[in-house]
Amino acid sequence: MQQTIGITTVDVNDEGYLTDPGQWTPELAHQIAQAQGFELTDKHFEVLHYLRDRYAEGTPLTIRRIGKSGLVTIKEFYDLFPGGPLKVSSKIAGIPKPASCV
Amino acid sequence: MKNLLILGAGTAGTMMANKLFKALDADAWAITVVDKDEDHYYQPGFLFVPFQIYDAERLVRPKRDFIPDGVTFVVAEVEEIEPEANTVRLTDGRALGYDLLIVATGTTPRPEETPGLDGELWYRDAFDFYTFEGACALRDRLATWEGGRLVIFLAESIFKCPIAPLEFAFLADSFFEERGMRDRVEISYVTPLSGAFTKPKATEFLSGLMAEKGITVVPDFYVERVDEERKVLVSYDEREVPFDLLVAVPVNMGADLVEASDMGDADDLNYVPTDKHTLQARDYENVFVIGDATNLPTSKAGSVAHFEAEILTENVLHYIHGEPLDAAFDGHANCFIETGHGKATLIDFNYDTEPLPGKFPLPLLGPMSLLKETRANHMGKLAFEWVYWHLLLTGKPLPVSSHMSMLGKDAGTPEPEAEPA
Ligand SMILES: Cc1cc2nc3c(=O)[nH]c(=O)nc-3n(C[C@H](O)[C@H](O)[C@H](O)COP(=O)(O)OP(=O)(O)OC[C@H]3O[C@@H](n4cnc5c(N)ncnc54)[C@H](O)[C@@H]3O)c2cc1C
Repeated sequence: MQQTIGITTVDVNDEGYLTDPGQWTPELAHQIAQAQGFELTDKHFEVLHYLRDRYAEGTPLTIRRIGKSGLVTIKEFYDLFPGGPLKVSSKIAGIPKPASCV
Repeated sequence: MKNLLILGAGTAGTMMANKLFKALDADAWAITVVDKDEDHYYQPGFLFVPFQIYDAERLVRPKRDFIPDGVTFVVAEVEEIEPEANTVRLTDGRALGYDLLIVATGTTPRPEETPGLDGELWYRDAFDFYTFEGACALRDRLATWEGGRLVIFLAESIFKCPIAPLEFAFLADSFFEERGMRDRVEISYVTPLSGAFTKPKATEFLSGLMAEKGITVVPDFYVERVDEERKVLVSYDEREVPFDLLVAVPVNMGADLVEASDMGDADDLNYVPTDKHTLQARDYENVFVIGDATNLPTSKAGSVAHFEAEILTENVLHYIHGEPLDAAFDGHANCFIETGHGKATLIDFNYDTEPLPGKFPLPLLGPMSLLKETRANHMGKLAFEWVYWHLLLTGKPLPVSSHMSMLGKDAGTPEPEAEPA
């Protein structure tokens, strides 16, 4: 399914996650975040790039791993992306929703 | 003579010892299994102990009884692997060399990872049921508990048998109802996930059951600490859930030897990076990993260890013969889910396909039903104990394919092409 975010049209699944991480741009990230009600700072982008890199390597993502990344503590991660931080940040980072526990 | 060394004689290690003992030439390969414990526990049975459905004693048997004569069984704790030297060091100072190593050291709960969990309250008002001691202590507490707020919580998103805490919630509902005290117990299920389970279709079904049984799900709750004095769970975003009796699935971690050997991955949970299809360790050619010890994106469950064992046996033989490792694990998992009142449901899925409704293991006939609560499923779960000791551990064939089959499954319209496995 396709969705138009700002001026770009991207492929998303029914929960609004990008199905092709290659379609992601920082501009798109700003727009997805704004739709969720917040503005992105440089700190947000550090985390987003970290998530995208790990995803590209095929490494499973967990909140714990992000807490161990040296970028942010788990508390800071919650402050940056309130609610379900891993879900929210993955959506903004243009990668699939993590299904870490199966 | 070459040495094949298996670390861990739990579900996966015992199966591998049996399968490889049959498959390998005894004159060419010596097989050794190391475990720190003489006793084998039937872990799925731990779930039933707190509710006095099973006596604890029946869940324990000598490990030796399941290891074939001809395989050397060493009772010792492994301290570390030195993969560059093809050597394993034991805590008693001995060293064992290997040509091929299989890591099957599982995962265990670590209450000390959550501040406040492992203190004053532990085994008084806070329990796990993932260990023999925990299940027994909880049984004793429940026997005299007069009701209040029962909170079941998951400390981490990766843990063994992801279904077990849900089953615990369902069985608790049934237990209190039978005792005529359900109206005096509030049951909540607190999880870092966004729902009762991870796969959307199963989550929908299981959330429905939770609602029907009056169990409150608190999603997206990642516990930072347990406030022992006030008896509340506190999350990283400072939400609170008060409890009278806490049933925890603590942070689960692979064996310490994984960390000591510097073989874990970045989240420090001590799971060994493993190829998701071949089961070879990512960093070492002659090391393979099976069961809960891997970092694979499938369930940490006995059923998974069983399907992996079939694949791993093939790949060990390929490796020994210098052939490509072409047996490929597909992430196949299946789990019975006790839902209380003598019923259970069943799910069957793999890396790519989420649990679907249908019949199992025989299409149309079953006798088990997928994503439905039935008595036959409950009987299946109970019968599994016998299957475990008599067929599974000793590596005998079961009538279930290691690859997931779409036969008998309802994937919605249009009907998928059903491929025989
Ligand atoms: C409450 C509960 C309910 C469950 N229900 C189900 C279910 O319904 N269905 C299902 O499929 N699965 C279920 N499981 C999960 C299943 O029991 C495990 O996934 C399975 O046992 C994994 O096998 P394993 O060989 O990887 O690990 P284990 O069977 O845990 O074996 C690991 C072995 O390694 C040994 N070991 C560890 N470290 C060392 C060391 N340093 N030195 C020497 N030895 C060491 C341990 O002593 C142990 O014997 C359940 C588990 C629990 C706790």
